[in-house]
Amino acid sequence: MIKATLKSLMARKLRLLLSGLAVVLGVMFVSGSFVLTDTLDRSFTSLFSSVYTGVDAQVTAKPKLEGGEGGPDYAVQSLPASTLDTVRGVDGVRAVTGDVIGSARAIGKNGKVLTTSGAPRVGDAWGEDLSGQRVLREGRAPTADNEVVLGGFLAKSGGFSVGDDVAVLTAAPKETFEVVGIFGYQGGRDSLGGEMSLSFSPATAHRVLLGEPDTYSSITVQAADGVSQDVVRDRVAAAVGADVQVKTGAELAKAQTDAIGEGLKFFNYILLGFAGIALFVGTFIIFNTFSIIVAQRTKELALMRAMGASRKQMMVSVVLEALVIGVIASVVGLGAGVGVGALLATLFATFGGGSLQLAAVGLPAAAVISSFAVGILVTMAASVFPAVRASRIAPVAAMREAATPDRPLTKPTVAGAVLSAAGGALLGVGLANAVLWMVFSGILVAFLGVALLTPLISKPVVAVIGGLLSWSMPGTLGRRNSARNPRRTAITAAALMVGIALITGVSIILTSATASITKVADTQISADLIISGEQQATFEPAVLDAVKATPGVESAFGFYSDYAVVNGEQQYLQAITDFSAWQRLFGLKATAGSFDGAAGRTVAVAEETAKEKGLGVGSAVTVQLSKGEQQTYTVAVVYAKNGAMDGIQLSAAAAVDFSQAKLTDGFAKAAAGTSVADVQKRIEPLFADNPEVSVQDRSAYVKQQAAQLDTVLLMVQILLALAILIAVLGVINTLALSVIERTRELGLLRAIGMRRSQIMRMITVESVVISVFGALLGLLVGTGLGVATVEALKDQGITELGFPWTQMGTYLAVAAVVGVVAAILPAIRAARLNVLNAISYE
Amino acid sequence: MTATMRTATTVAARAVGVTKVYGSGEAKVTALDGVSVDIERGRFTAIMGPSGSGKSTLMHCLAGLDDVDGGEVFVGDTRVTGLKDKGLTDLRRMKVGFIFQQFNLLPTLTAEENIVLPLAIGGRKVDREWFDTVIDTVGLRDRLSHRPTQLSGGQQQRVACARALVSRPEVVFADEPTGNLDSTSGAEVLGFLQRSAQEFGQTVVMVTHDANAASYADRVIFLADGRIVSELVEPTAEVVLDTMKHLDGVIAR
Repeated sequence: MIKATLKSLMARKLRLLLSGLAVVLGVMFVSGSFVLTDTLDRSFTSLFSSVYTGVDAQVTAKPKLEGGEGGPDYAVQSLPASTLDTVRGVDGVRAVTGDVIGSARAIGKNGKVLTTSGAPRVGDAWGEDLSGQRVLREGRAPTADNEVVLGGFLAKSGGFSVGDDVAVLTAAPKETFEVVGIFGYQGGRDSLGGEMSLSFSPATAHRVLLGEPDTYSSITVQAADGVSQDVVRDRVAAAVGADVQVKTGAELAKAQTDAIGEGLKFFNYILLGFAGIALFVGTFIIFNTFSIIVAQRTKELALMRAMGASRKQMMVSVVLEALVIGVIASVVGLGAGVGVGALLATLFATFGGGSLQLAAVGLPAAAVISSFAVGILVTMAASVFPAVRASRIAPVAAMREAATPDRPLTKPTVAGAVLSAAGGALLGVGLANAVLWMVFSGILVAFLGVALLTPLISKPVVAVIGGLLSWSMPGTLGRRNSARNPRRTAITAAALMVGIALITGVSIILTSATASITKVADTQISADLIISGEQQATFEPAVLDAVKATPGVESAFGFYSDYAVVNGEQQYLQAITDFSAWQRLFGLKATAGSFDGAAGRTVAVAEETAKEKGLGVGSAVTVQLSKGEQQTYTVAVVYAKNGAMDGIQLSAAAAVDFSQAKLTDGFAKAAAGTSVADVQKRIEPLFADNPEVSVQDRSAYVKQQAAQLDTVLLMVQILLALAILIAVLGVINTLALSVIERTRELGLLRAIGMRRSQIMRMITVESVVISVFGALLGLLVGTGLGVATVEALKDQGITELGFPWTQMGTYLAVAAVVGVVAAILPAIRAARLNVLNAISYE
Repeated sequence: MTATMRTATTVAARAVGVTKVYGSGEAKVTALDGVSVDIERGRFTAIMGPSGSGKSTLMHCLAGLDDVDGGEVFVGDTRVTGLKDKGLTDLRRMKVGFIFQQFNLLPTLTAEENIVLPLAIGGRKVDREWFDTVIDTVGLRDRLSHRPTQLSGGQQQRVACARALVSRPEVVFADEPTGNLDSTSGAEVLGFLQRSAQEFGQTVVMVTHDANAASYADRVIFLADGRIVSELVEPTAEVVLDTMKHLDGVIAR
């Protein structure tokens, strides 16, 4: 029996290749994700251990806040020179350096600020390098105030060489320096990990990076021989007191690696999520393939039953076939995944900053285990139903004319309705309570439910779609063929539905978000001009004063942004320069208290937040900022939140204790009768020295916000492309199997005068009907998902429902094209059939 | 009427020195060995012979379903030999009709749609008058909207006959048309083929190994080992049977 199974598997290897391919692609995605994140993780581990080479301990001021994500990269508070002296005197310390490090962004020759892809842009004081890794490649060290040496990666990215001038943005306003040298790192590297670094003379570094002389952002300690990192850390810590923290080099490297590792883990989950979708779609394809093959082999299987094979043997034979395919596909997918993972890691290292030293690509155990588990399970699970069906074939079927009886659709329809309802309910509850697993499993169950309903829906819908395409005889035949096996057509279409539904859902959510932003901008924000910058870009408060003083500006305000601990809870918040201008320009309504006349340490709270925290006008709030001591603020006003503002805001008095006492956003309103464009032209020169910050009118600002969402959509589309590709394989597979099944008919059609081109057209119509049906289902289900999610996110600021009509139309058109493409191979195969052989095909 | 049609007794299809070889080397089988035959227009010709005699191959070559290794084939005034796929498709569209042992109807189409399929494929108009004549002759008037699965074997084969006739081809080729039918249904189909030759002047070529079926034909050609070995005109079943037995004897010896 097993021998017979394997033989029949070999005989139909071509037919199983495509369904196997679906598993291969899914498994490839899974193992590729693991290989990629594993390689990057090890690369970063080695990066950070090299960054902290020669650092036995590091002393920094104890941060006032927990290192919040997205918080500043550098120590916010500096250490006095006296601490340096104290540390130097500690027993067991061999060498000490006071580090002066801060954000420094060079401006490129095109006037734009040079950017990395995530790695820091950093400046420091040129001096003793305890790690011994830095190498001055050309030129000399900076000595004068206006001199700078550039790291190799920065010099290359900006095209700077010794003798050039370079403008740099730091904590101080823009300044121009002369490049006097270029440095690299041991081993000929341009950077340690894609960062852009430059070094000033010590005096300049103090001035532009820390703003004061004789202070240090950290102190690096090297232990004497025979003194361990832990020992030197403990001794230094005992000497410097409670406001200062000391960490060993190993601890610092681990902390940085762990932080990156967290990010990579999240990235891995996202990739695995998409891999899961791809495999889910793959399940449909395998299920369909096995169903069709079992149906086509009815006679053969019945003959085996007639000869005495037991039901169990029949089942085992089908499941065994699935096992073999699953194992082979897992092996191939795992191998391909290693290749893809390595390729992506290389791309990441190349485009992610140039000089991340990639660790050797390895094969993590997680990749192997998950590849096999997932590949085999998916294949076997998909084969269970067809296997049961095979076992139920009666021996007498061997004697009957092979025909695929039209089984009633009652059972799948009832099951589908139940599952759809259950999935919808699960999704609804999940969305309402923000329970992620319920949302995901709800979507999954709903997909299965809809897939089971599709055979019933397919009859009328396919008739309509087909009607549009059947203006000729081949078209009519194609349409009739696609209506012939409702289950087969339905499952093939359902596979395509999954990908299109998810893309449509995401598109609707993002379009709604854009619509909401637009609505907020149009109805609530009455500011005409918005001053904002790239991430972490800031501008001087003095510039805002200049904006206010510009002719034609009626009013203006800005805010500072940072993390703070409010009543014991850390959050990201703003300090507002002018409450009353803020109220007017953002269209806020006070429900208690007043925006006007609030002075000193006051707080504005949105009504919901106030209720949640039990605050009212006059309540005292404790606030700990990045710098300074904890202070008490008083609630001056409670306002009704709107799309533009929510949460807690502080008065401008707080700004001095923010990690950067500089504005992140500014808003201006043009005086009545003044042209906004004219005002914009007058304001823009104020920011000439700060290319990171731009002045935009409202519509440009909204467009920019929407553009960010477009990037998200693009990423989702790319990641879902694999699920769609697998669905296309499914269409090809179904068509190929149908062509084989209908060989005799094709032969007859050719015998009575059908041309090859007509045969191809007939198969193309069938393919397009299936694909368009799948796309329509996807658009419908996706709309449901999208609308439900938007509904659930109403409280999160997505108040408008927007439909991406163009995109939805595009998806439908793409599906039609997909149909045409999927038909190519099966159609050629059908057209090439030898008439005589075909017509006598059994 | 009938007389005028039959006066034009010329050649509807012709094989000239046709040779067909399958396989090569040891496994080489000569299916047709220099066969020359004229199929007369407006007559019902049967090709008989034992299994492996080459009778089916001869029909396939005459119909342009199979290519020949030597010699030439003509249908009407068209030289079939050497035609490419497009030419062969045109030939099958315009000049040839087929009836198969397995009926070969399209399950997705109704009886009527199956019958007019060759015309629909070629984008030709249905001659309603002729269509009605054919339908009444095969007696399918009340079955036109049925699907093949709702028809009996005999009815299905009558649909296939109507499909072959409706485009008024030069020649209708029937490959064992009664092989899958009971004797009553078979007799109906044979009678119908006979009448279409006699009444409508339709040229029909039928391959069969059934002596009784062959007795419906105007002329019977006997093949053995890829050659024409005998011929009968307007035979009875007994005569055909005798000839066959004689042939079997020849082969056995």
